[in-house]
Amino acid sequence: MSLILPGSYRREDAGQPPSLYPDYGSTVSRSPREPLVKIPHTLTETTGPANAWSRLMGESMADLTSQHNGEPLGQRIVVSGRVLDDDGRPVPHTVVEVWQANAAGRYIHKKDQWDAPLDPNFTGAGRVITDAEGRYRFISVRPGAYPWRNHHNAWRPSHIHLSLLGPAFATRLVTQMYFPDDPLIEIDPIANAVPMPYRQRMVSRFDIETTEPNWALGYVFDIVLRGKDATPFENGQ
Amino acid sequence: MTPEQARPAPRQDSQDPAIFGQTPWQTVGPFFHYGLPWKGGADLVGTSDIGARPELMPPEHYLLASPSPKGEIAGETIVLEGVVVDAEGQIIPDAMIEIWQADAAGHYAEGNTGFVGFGRASTGEDGTYRFRTVLPGSIGEGHAPHIAVGVFGRGLLKRLVTRVYFEGDPANASDPILALVPPERRGTLMARKQDGAWRFDIVLQGERETVFFDV
Repeated sequence: MSLILPGSYRREDAGQPPSLYPDYGSTVSRSPREPLVKIPHTLTETTGPANAWSRLMGESMADLTSQHNGEPLGQRIVVSGRVLDDDGRPVPHTVVEVWQANAAGRYIHKKDQWDAPLDPNFTGAGRVITDAEGRYRFISVRPGAYPWRNHHNAWRPSHIHLSLLGPAFATRLVTQMYFPDDPLIEIDPIANAVPMPYRQRMVSRFDIETTEPNWALGYVFDIVLRGKDATPFENGQ
Repeated sequence: MTPEQARPAPRQDSQDPAIFGQTPWQTVGPFFHYGLPWKGGADLVGTSDIGARPELMPPEHYLLASPSPKGEIAGETIVLEGVVVDAEGQIIPDAMIEIWQADAAGHYAEGNTGFVGFGRASTGEDGTYRFRTVLPGSIGEGHAPHIAVGVFGRGLLKRLVTRVYFEGDPANASDPILALVPPERRGTLMARKQDGAWRFDIVLQGERETVFFDV
């Protein structure tokens, strides 16, 4: 019986973080110690709910600044980019879910209780779908940095969480987008779980073309998912 | 100085050819509940609102989807539930589980109507997740019915992938993926019938650590 089905996806590349990264303390008791069992891609891994996202999650919410009665405080931003696979091909019609803290660095989540103000006009959750060329775009405010309890005087750099389904179970990705020239990135254990230079793949680029006059700063963030792979699976690799 | 005269800023995005490649995974962190798990996301057959944790945000900030009608779904409805625990056996109240499965006939439904085999459930304060779905069929000769599982949470830098198989199914003996798992660890992939539900606990580390896959 052949284990190989056409349509396998490439394995993770050298830029992916390990599950255990002790500088990020929560990984110590939450990462497996047994080796992962490498398996070939069956239909289970090469299919996914790519075409059903709107039935599941709902329609697009691309403007995070117009979800309440008033305007949120903070620096308005436009984030745009393309979703590609690692052959450089666009990934069309795929959902990108986003969530983030407000401009003061506070999440609307009830378990985020640090002493920064909530903004009644900002939730920080959105959802966009890529077009036929893999492009996406959403409007938000630049999130603030915030402290966390990982180590003494620990601060997370400004970041936006992004979640992508891609075409298959195997192409799932959840990442964080960082902002250029943020001095907190290089001392952040979560970002640094990804070794350089790959860490730079998570840093967006300020872009004057994306910037809207008298309205919002523009950042470009391209996201690369795993592409198709024709390499045969060899058990025991 | 005009913008044309300015020295262009160095590219720092993932399209720089020097660093082009897969965007790295990052943790979902502890505060994903207002961004990812929607009401009904864990009910693949009905219109209950299981899966979400709306109590973790003010009601006016719940912007995620509500349960949608699924129509007539063929097959045996099951409950799949369990706890997620860490190395010390402590329950994990801030994990999220995703599933992907075939329908009762063994087909992966990606269409616009009927069953979609994708679900998302937050764990509760007691570390429990719960899905309502159908018992999947076999996806092909030799393949035992199974459900693919992704585990996310604070402290999980990237998704952990495992599979649920159903204890007692004779097809387990011939499943090509189970065959790759050391026999003494296969039991961690077996859901067991308990109080009318299929019970599948997920142990991230330690004794009886769940088998996780490199996919």
